[in-house]
Amino acid sequence: MNLHEYQGKELLNSFGVRIQRGIVAHSANEAVDAAKQLTAETGTSWHVIKAQVHAGGRGKGGGVKLAKNLQEVEEIAGNIIGMNLVTPQTSAEGKKVHQVLVAEDVYYPGDSEPEEYYMSVLLNRGVGRNMIMYSTEGGMDIEQVAEETPHLIFTEEIDPAVGILPFQARRVAFNLGLSGTAFKEMTKFVTALYTAYVKSDASLFEINPVLKTSDDKILAVDSKVTLDDNALYRHRDLAELRDLREENPIEVEAGSLGLNYVDLDGNVGCMVNGAGLAMATMDLIKHSGGEPANFLDVGGTADASRVEAAFKIILKDPNVKAILINIFGGIVRCDRVAQGVIDAYKNLGNINVPIIVRLQGTNADIAKELIDNSGLDVLSATEFQEAADKVQEVLS
Amino acid sequence: MSVLVNKDSKIIVQGFTGSEGTFHAGQMIEYGTNVVGGVTPGKGGQTHLDRPVFNTVSEAVEKVGADTTIIFVPPAFAADAIMEAADAGIKVIITITEGIPVADMIKAADYIKDKGSRLVGPNCPGVITPGEAKVGIMPGFVFKKGKVGIVSKSGTLTYEAADQVVKQGLGITTAIGIGGDPIIGTTTKEAVELLINDPETKAVVMIGEIGGQLEADAANWYKESGSKKPVVGFIAGETAPAGRTMGHAGAIVGGSDDTAQAKKKIMRACGIHVVDSPAEIGKKVAEVL
Repeated sequence: MNLHEYQGKELLNSFGVRIQRGIVAHSANEAVDAAKQLTAETGTSWHVIKAQVHAGGRGKGGGVKLAKNLQEVEEIAGNIIGMNLVTPQTSAEGKKVHQVLVAEDVYYPGDSEPEEYYMSVLLNRGVGRNMIMYSTEGGMDIEQVAEETPHLIFTEEIDPAVGILPFQARRVAFNLGLSGTAFKEMTKFVTALYTAYVKSDASLFEINPVLKTSDDKILAVDSKVTLDDNALYRHRDLAELRDLREENPIEVEAGSLGLNYVDLDGNVGCMVNGAGLAMATMDLIKHSGGEPANFLDVGGTADASRVEAAFKIILKDPNVKAILINIFGGIVRCDRVAQGVIDAYKNLGNINVPIIVRLQGTNADIAKELIDNSGLDVLSATEFQEAADKVQEVLS
Repeated sequence: MSVLVNKDSKIIVQGFTGSEGTFHAGQMIEYGTNVVGGVTPGKGGQTHLDRPVFNTVSEAVEKVGADTTIIFVPPAFAADAIMEAADAGIKVIITITEGIPVADMIKAADYIKDKGSRLVGPNCPGVITPGEAKVGIMPGFVFKKGKVGIVSKSGTLTYEAADQVVKQGLGITTAIGIGGDPIIGTTTKEAVELLINDPETKAVVMIGEIGGQLEADAANWYKESGSKKPVVGFIAGETAPAGRTMGHAGAIVGGSDDTAQAKKKIMRACGIHVVDSPAEIGKKVAEVL
């Protein structure tokens, strides 16, 4: 589950990570009030208005702007709220902005130059441990840094038995070239950041940039936080932060029905039991000349009600020209799945796209007979290749 | 010969009396697997499916000599069950449970690393040595005895591959479902190595998916081993978009090196017979043997 920038920052702050302060606003008026309150609390005279959507590269799409007075706050917030923000990470239609974060200006002049760094905490799958990845090249696209100047990216692997150790926090600060107050601040920052990551069961923290201010404070100017869905049961407060407006509505509906569904751009819908077989089925559709319209794992119990729910979800996509059902019946018997398909088909009535049903495994022969004798406009198959050939047939 | 489990394995079921544990333990027993008992804390002393229930794994080790366990414990308690099994000296720990928090698995993987136990999974279908032991949730009848070893991250795709191999008139030595989570015990490389070193296994099928580096590591190991045993490979998720989790928590393209295309390229360069269509796994195995 992903958090908004403002939610992520509140989470970090609750664990003692210093952040660029801000107040979330849902209208231009609220933004002005927020700006006044921030000025009273922090003394900031300028404000940064940031669109709150689940997508990176917001600045490039015009979703992050500096306001030098309250009139500009009102104007900019008014423009950003309600806009469809297009960034390199969104679709061409962009994402609707429902709220902005009005934040203090932290790039004020002072005794030293402000410096930007990059820092993330994530799982290193290869070793099964968390690591802190950081770089002197803050505020930039980290993939680009990795490609062009990989020697400027550092990692610190954390031993799960003891957590982050003081010498590791010092090494981070040294590698970033810090000294004096900023050095001490950075060791505190990185330690608090790692603690926040572990205590909130996160799977990704990305802070880009981490800022050293002109008066040597270290703070998070942005936050990208992803939480481990499997651990949300022990973080009810964080689970409530989910913003369904940021997610694909069909995927949300599928999820509430217990179906694992990912919306794709293709023309052949599929319904499969098991994630690996579902991906393989998508690949097979491509090899048969189609493009998969979705990933859909119906899970182990592919009974009539689940099959019907899955049909409804797939048929919501107007691009679907055919549907391939691929079930390998192990514990679940194919004849029961076949009956489920027939019942669901009859209940739904008007299915206007060809359907190919491939059932393999327990009672596959009885299942094929059921489908073939059902009188429905459904093609049956037992072998994987046979299913592929039938997909090709209906597409041509 | 076979790997990991055979007819002499003394198997216990953790989460024995729960609905999942009961159902699958029943199926395993029916298959002829040597299930010697089970563990459900608080239900020790009872009998379930005609086998003794113990409160702790160490008690099961002591009383019935258990050396292998299969875990059906719910996600919130599964990492603890893995660590308990390792502490009790269980040699092979097969974890079926899906949805264990990553933080719990980091801890469990670290805890067991010096205990001499081998973890398979979590979020896997288990391990089967046809005709000897089914320690998992797979449909036993699909896996006929033979000379092909299978390593796979997925459940139903493993059954699919086994079915294709069997229909070519070949059979399976041992099929190992290593699991689809970001942190798993036995890696693709370790599972392939076990099968390559098994004299009865004449060819290996290696099925991977997008995300992580396990298949690349296995491919590089295979090349360096100089083994002449053919390996047939398939990677699921060629059509999956980047940055999206495809069902399995670990199945997510993070960069340019963990796409299906990148993995297949490395595998081909290391001498693995890669098929692009999942319908051609069995045919390819027959061809290389």
